[in-house]
Amino acid sequence: MTNHLITNARLVDPEAGTVTEGALWLKDGQIAERFDTPLPEVSADLVPAEARLDAGGKYLAPGIVDIGVQVCEPGERHKESYGSAGEAAAAGGVTTIVTRPDTNPTIDSPEVLEFIRRRANEAAPVNVLPMAALTKGRAGGEMTEFGFLLDAGAVAFSDGLRVVRDNKVLNRAMTYARSLGALVVAHPQDPALSAGASATSGKFASLRGLPAVSPMAERMGLDRDLALVEMTGVRYHADQITTARALPALERAKGNGFDVTAGTSIHHLTLNELDVSDYRTFFKVTPPLRSEDDRQAVIEAVRSGLIDVICTMHTPQDEESKRLPFEEAASGAVGLETLLPVAMRLYHADALDLPTLFRAMSLNPARRLGLDCGRLTKGAPADLVLFDPDKPLVLDRFKLRSKSKNTPFDSARLQGKVLATYVGGTQVYAA
Amino acid sequence: MRFDQRHLLGIEPLRPDEITTLLDLSERYVALNRQQQKRSTVLAGLTQINMFFENSTRTQASFELAGKRLGADVMNMSMQASSIKKGETLIDTAMTLNAMHPDLLVVRHPHSGAVDLLAQKVNCAVLNAGDGRHEHPTQALLDALTIRRAKGRIHRLNIAICGDIAHSRVARSNLLLLHKMENRIRLIGPPTLMPAGIDAFGAEVYEDMKEGLQDVDVVMMLRLQKERMDGGFIPSEREYYHRYGLDAEKLSHAKPDAIVMHPGPMNRGVEIDGTLADDINRSVIQDQVEMGVAVRMAAMDLLARNLRAHPKELMV
Repeated sequence: MTNHLITNARLVDPEAGTVTEGALWLKDGQIAERFDTPLPEVSADLVPAEARLDAGGKYLAPGIVDIGVQVCEPGERHKESYGSAGEAAAAGGVTTIVTRPDTNPTIDSPEVLEFIRRRANEAAPVNVLPMAALTKGRAGGEMTEFGFLLDAGAVAFSDGLRVVRDNKVLNRAMTYARSLGALVVAHPQDPALSAGASATSGKFASLRGLPAVSPMAERMGLDRDLALVEMTGVRYHADQITTARALPALERAKGNGFDVTAGTSIHHLTLNELDVSDYRTFFKVTPPLRSEDDRQAVIEAVRSGLIDVICTMHTPQDEESKRLPFEEAASGAVGLETLLPVAMRLYHADALDLPTLFRAMSLNPARRLGLDCGRLTKGAPADLVLFDPDKPLVLDRFKLRSKSKNTPFDSARLQGKVLATYVGGTQVYAA
Repeated sequence: MRFDQRHLLGIEPLRPDEITTLLDLSERYVALNRQQQKRSTVLAGLTQINMFFENSTRTQASFELAGKRLGADVMNMSMQASSIKKGETLIDTAMTLNAMHPDLLVVRHPHSGAVDLLAQKVNCAVLNAGDGRHEHPTQALLDALTIRRAKGRIHRLNIAICGDIAHSRVARSNLLLLHKMENRIRLIGPPTLMPAGIDAFGAEVYEDMKEGLQDVDVVMMLRLQKERMDGGFIPSEREYYHRYGLDAEKLSHAKPDAIVMHPGPMNRGVEIDGTLADDINRSVIQDQVEMGVAVRMAAMDLLARNLRAHPKELMV
């Protein structure tokens, strides 16, 4: 049975929106008590001296819940396994990873899902919750067995970065999902407009001669999805909203009372299209990096709560698939281990404060998935991250725990370091 | 006279004075090429490899001739038929070639940025002979030389670039060069063939030929690729010729002494009227081909000088 007393900490409480001095007692996997004084008096009978940790005034926050992580099992274990993804998550303060079904084979049957859950629980030190495919083979034709998949532990349904083109198929899948109360996670993007694009259209893409997509394609995809949400009443989450133009549609849908939430990726919050510079393929992500104006608008939407969730869209790619001309190179970046330090850029830039960041990284994604974590209240699961937002570091991509090292933050100067991570009261990482 | 480049990957990294240096040296090679004895020994002992991942007759021939006239050992590799088809990556190909110690590598590739990528992996001088829709620097330089010889200067001119701007690396390189040299640039073409955000480059954009050609000194026509002609980007070949094909009538809106240019190969009767293309009073298309050899000689000469001046950097 776990038993820890973390004293002298600054508690980042996304529910209350506060950072206060305090202490937490973790027992039997839960937060057994929260103290509003940094050095509470707890008898040695309850917590022996060796189970006490003085946090030295560092920050303690609810562990991060990352929706949309790609673990390349089954199919491409050389890129990322549950073991390596789990270690990376633990080192990044991510206590729950919600995995994408875009593996080979696709996670679209209860049998594959059960295999995945078994593998994940053996190998990963953090919580792993799988999403299942929305359509069989992610082919956009027939819906998967939502009922069986829910019973087998699917927390949401998604075709990953693939868009269901056929409105009738999506309409039926959403209608059926609604009847089961299932959450549909979609990638809002017009598939025809964005076909073949590797950059956002504009001066930079034109100068570099890259095939580009208008930011309008995201709004068109979202508009289409939201119309179907209105028809079906399904619970809907947009994986990444990255452009200013898509925000009014999101705001309208929320204002009209539809069960809609949206995420955005840490990369779109901290990088823009110019970072691609001289065809640096580690900066090629889906959707492509946007203009600085869009980045600012999306930060503001996270601040206001219009965008609910910050995720990594962790997408491991091996060296071979990135060492190619930009158009041919694979898309995606790893992010589990860098999410927190990179998010601290937004904190140090006074763009987002710590409670807001953890609202978007921990509280909101947990709520959306009906999880009890993401909070610092008594009785909540003891999934926690202890970190120092000021500690400087220079990132060395070869030291990442992910099997794939495709981070856009190689050699970046970051400020913010995870000191310890707890999952269910057990320490799974210590710096 | 300064030229501080290790590679010629594009016009973007060049300074105006480097462009002038290169054009001035090209003039000397124009003179050399017109003599019966055309041989020089500037590149003697150096190995030049032409690596073309995309079909080319004219550019490849021009680079080959340029190298041979300067005394380099020239090897042509047609990469469409080679190891790339066997699954070798661009970087592996580059490393393999690098092990053969070439001094000058001339590369054309169908993807934007591929030549930049390759240049990072080899320790010889790399010349971009066209990458995707990104840049084609020697074409822009030969165009500049042609204009300078015809107009007596390469600044403060009104220059129109017409046609498929969106898919054209020639247009991009020309736009960058002419902008650096302080010319007034107009881009003319149907909106479907105009790249996004192009007005931010400091060019004026026109959809109407007659309006756009008003009082220009230079008319640069671009080739329209066959695969873009039918329905995808423009309704048809004949409608394109009617609205955007250069003929005597449309040209009459330009200055009376305006010159007509085309990077070749031409689609007569699509983007340009055949008779106009052959009109020696207006068309400088043949001059462009001649200048091409001279400019490539000058570019390789300058890069070879830098190679010889800084051999230590090559050891990395």
